[in-house]
Amino acid sequence: MTKSNQIRFTPEILRKGIHGDTMTENGCEYRERVLTMDTMNPNVKRVEYAVRGPIVQRAVQIERELKMGIKKPFTEVIRANIGDCHAMGQKPITFFRQVLALCSYPDLLEDGKFPEDAKSRARRILQACGGGSLGAYSTSQGIEMIRQDIARYIERRDGGITCDPDNIYLSTGASDAIVTMLKLLVSGEGMSRTGVMISIPQYPLYSATLAELGAVQISYYLDEDNCWSLDISELRRALQEAKKHCSPRALCIINPGNPTGQVQSRQCIEGVIRFAAAEKLFLMADEVYQDNVYADGCKFHSFKKVLFEMGLEYSEKVELASFHSTSKCYMGECGFRGGYMEVVNLDPEVKVQLTKLVSVRLCPPVPGQALLDVVVNPPQPDEPSYDTFIKERTDTLATLAEKANMTQEILNQVPGIKCNPVQGAMYTFPRIHLPPKAILEAKEKEQTPDMFYCMKLLEETGICLVPGSGFGQRDGTYHFRMTILPPKEKLKIVLAKIKEFHQHFMAQYS
Amino acid sequence: MSISECTMCLLSISEDQNRVLLNFSPLPSLSSPHRNRSAFPAAQGEHLHQKMSENGALPLRGKVLTVDTMNANVKKVDYAVRGPIVQRAVQIEKELKEGVKKPFEEVIKANIGDAHAMGQRPITFFRQVMALCTYPQLLDDNKFPEDAKNRARRILQSCGGNSIGAYTTSQGIDCVRHDVANYIQRRDGGIPSDPDNIYLTTGASDGIVTILKLLTAGEGRTRTGVMISIPQYPLYSASIAELGAVQINYYLNEEKCWSLDISELQRSLQAAREHCDPRVLCIINPGNPTGQVQSRQCIEDVIRFAVKENLFLMADEVYQDNVYAEGCEFHSFKKVLFEMGPEYSSKVELASFHSTSKCYMGECGFRGGYMEVINMDPEVKAQLTKLVSVRLCPPAPGQALMDLVVNSPQPGEPSYQTFIKERTDVLSALAEKAKLTEEILNTVPGISCNPVQGAMYSFPRITLPERAINEAKAKGQAPDMFYCMKLLEETGICLVPGSGFGQREGTYHFRMTILPPTDKLKIMLNKLKEFHQKFTQQYS
Repeated sequence: MTKSNQIRFTPEILRKGIHGDTMTENGCEYRERVLTMDTMNPNVKRVEYAVRGPIVQRAVQIERELKMGIKKPFTEVIRANIGDCHAMGQKPITFFRQVLALCSYPDLLEDGKFPEDAKSRARRILQACGGGSLGAYSTSQGIEMIRQDIARYIERRDGGITCDPDNIYLSTGASDAIVTMLKLLVSGEGMSRTGVMISIPQYPLYSATLAELGAVQISYYLDEDNCWSLDISELRRALQEAKKHCSPRALCIINPGNPTGQVQSRQCIEGVIRFAAAEKLFLMADEVYQDNVYADGCKFHSFKKVLFEMGLEYSEKVELASFHSTSKCYMGECGFRGGYMEVVNLDPEVKVQLTKLVSVRLCPPVPGQALLDVVVNPPQPDEPSYDTFIKERTDTLATLAEKANMTQEILNQVPGIKCNPVQGAMYTFPRIHLPPKAILEAKEKEQTPDMFYCMKLLEETGICLVPGSGFGQRDGTYHFRMTILPPKEKLKIVLAKIKEFHQHFMAQYS
Repeated sequence: MSISECTMCLLSISEDQNRVLLNFSPLPSLSSPHRNRSAFPAAQGEHLHQKMSENGALPLRGKVLTVDTMNANVKKVDYAVRGPIVQRAVQIEKELKEGVKKPFEEVIKANIGDAHAMGQRPITFFRQVMALCTYPQLLDDNKFPEDAKNRARRILQSCGGNSIGAYTTSQGIDCVRHDVANYIQRRDGGIPSDPDNIYLTTGASDGIVTILKLLTAGEGRTRTGVMISIPQYPLYSASIAELGAVQINYYLNEEKCWSLDISELQRSLQAAREHCDPRVLCIINPGNPTGQVQSRQCIEDVIRFAVKENLFLMADEVYQDNVYAEGCEFHSFKKVLFEMGPEYSSKVELASFHSTSKCYMGECGFRGGYMEVINMDPEVKAQLTKLVSVRLCPPAPGQALMDLVVNSPQPGEPSYQTFIKERTDVLSALAEKAKLTEEILNTVPGISCNPVQGAMYSFPRITLPERAINEAKAKGQAPDMFYCMKLLEETGICLVPGSGFGQREGTYHFRMTILPPTDKLKIMLNKLKEFHQKFTQQYS
């Protein structure tokens, strides 16, 4: 350590100044940290992810306090902040778990307790794994047999429109694939920097990823007064404005909507596709809630299907990536991090780059891949597990539909809370009217008003929601996102408590 | 390429160029030279555009996402372990299946450290617990030993809704992080480990990329430089390219069993300071692809160097149980750091990485892993926690598996004997294969191979005849790629050329795993020997 009497003008010294790091005490140099808030990746600092933000951290703390015996006006924290079905008591589909257990410990294949269809699925998956083990790496794009099963599933879903297994990429949850596609799309500097259109309100994975990648976020607003529908004229407005400062290249759609729960009409999807074609935008369709459609008259239409039914003029041109996952729908298997994307009309050279890029991370988790395989290849009518499977799936979806309805009905009874129908997905995103006094007090505390509201709700009732500001909302409006996942009886209590809290809050601040 | 496809490309270029003209700003990183660019100026592109949109249909539309418009950093990413040679291997496998005749019957993939794919059996206890966690009805089955059931119950109790299908906290399940901390503490002779400093990850790769991401900042001369060994594991070079950080190479000393020289670290650091801001030093110990195990002395020197030069240390220790050579022992950076006294242990910022994929487990598919961060600025740690929360959580089955690795059967528990036997068998077979590989390869004239002290690879140097080098260059291939490709076509053996890991100019190597079963490994080594002799003859 002889450096102290000799100054080299390294970039570091130029940045921190000559006296920044040359203080010596006890014969040992005083040393600043290498990695500090000032020196870290500035894009990472801009990342925000409200679904696991401060309110959730506080909820975890409160849970610890409750465990330590601290008295609260409630006995448990109810987490309605995240679409985590199993955590809210939803039971896994028996067949899925049987197959996964068989894959994990193949000695069980000799066990008479497991149905034949579960065993044959497990054998088939294991045969497609290196060394017949879930513990081997898979190819980076995902196990080929599973990609074929997915392609056939998509074909069935889309009424026979062909799907090429080579266009399927398995992923570590849908999030992974969304980030990968955005990563490919981001380039340029200044005015030529890639702009990505996302809905407001949005699922904050999008805004967080755009911040991290240093891309430009282009916000288009959903129409709350028309059940959060998407207006092409609003897309046009957002795009025109954005063209002044960046190069808009991608349009992200979440259907069914998160956090807003709307289900897009076929008409609307066609409009979006025409817009994307006319404006040269790469389409990203987040369709992870495709089986979560509850409202009468609503139906899920995949972007792929609509695109191909619009004829060659569109289907040969529009570049589309669509995303699906094991985490939502009736499965709710979030922990396995299973997912896939299908790319359509992707430039072949770019596809090579995509395959190379995903190879660096070796492969998506194989148990998640196996799970995805049983999701797209569930028990068939002539198989022993069929009846149970159908019953479990129907029960889960029927319960969700019932809860969607109940949530909307009860919330709309509360003066000052207004809530669109939960047509699909797993969330309600009601608008809340906050008294000016509450808004002022929030501002004094340097909190957004809906964060102030949600934090108070958490402290007083133990209910954990996410403030609308985490998803984006029109200026001067306030919302929260609440999942419809708690068990029916508990959900009723949650809704009643929110009602009571809101009335109390209004009285307190008016 | 059809004519219409060709014009589409042109149109997208011309639009780019218009944008450039309007903005008066060049697009340096974007403009990879396009084949046709000089031949067709922008005006012509516009002309075509007008003509094509006359029929009242949509305006002719080039792709939005092309190699010219995509993220330039992604283009620079290279990952040889799954590169062209492996793609060719997959093709050959398909051809074999279709009945195409080859001079061999199967492809032997010695390109990747994928133990189970090479026939290694999973540890019974681990898989029993995983099955129990996945399908908890099995907890009522008396076929499973009590210790497996206890572990499964404990893991499930710490999962939301007692299901491995629930999201976990983003940093990883609390009880697993506690178990990891206890394990590190035992490994390091009692030096405390704080569960709050443990982050579970999706394989070690995920943790490494995350830390590199945090560290990358600045522009031009202040851009973060990352020191990596050459040869290196290409995850590092690939991630550095993707993040647009600056790669700083320091060379391992092949003559001294791939050891690390502090003077070489110093040299490469000095040179790098001319053009970037070196802030990180990455070490892989035991080494990948080079198989060396660092001495305690060497690790101390590295730590002193990091302190002196103000570098963040990243210690990739995923092969920590894979030490075979006599006299070699694994020393964790954490342990050495703390034994050097508070002067160091209170200062040096360190992230160390571990995984379920290597050692005796070989459970690559589960993507389990963790990192421990030491002396990380608390505010940065908050940023790290926020960053990992965007991806929600690492796969829960991988977390559960990690828990078993760090909390394996204890003496007195019913599964202990079997567990120890299985673990010992795997590790001693690996030790035997490490030795065998080195011995046989060193009998081949023109191949020279350092001892495989640890990890799972041999990285022998191969002498290639001048004529082979010339022929490779004529084909636009690296000479060792040319060699490996020929080996694959003639013998079905899939290795990775040294150029994918980096090597001193004018030297050639390949990386080969020691994972095939002993019998197969012998056959493979002999085939390799035969091939090398024939190759040398053919080209001299």
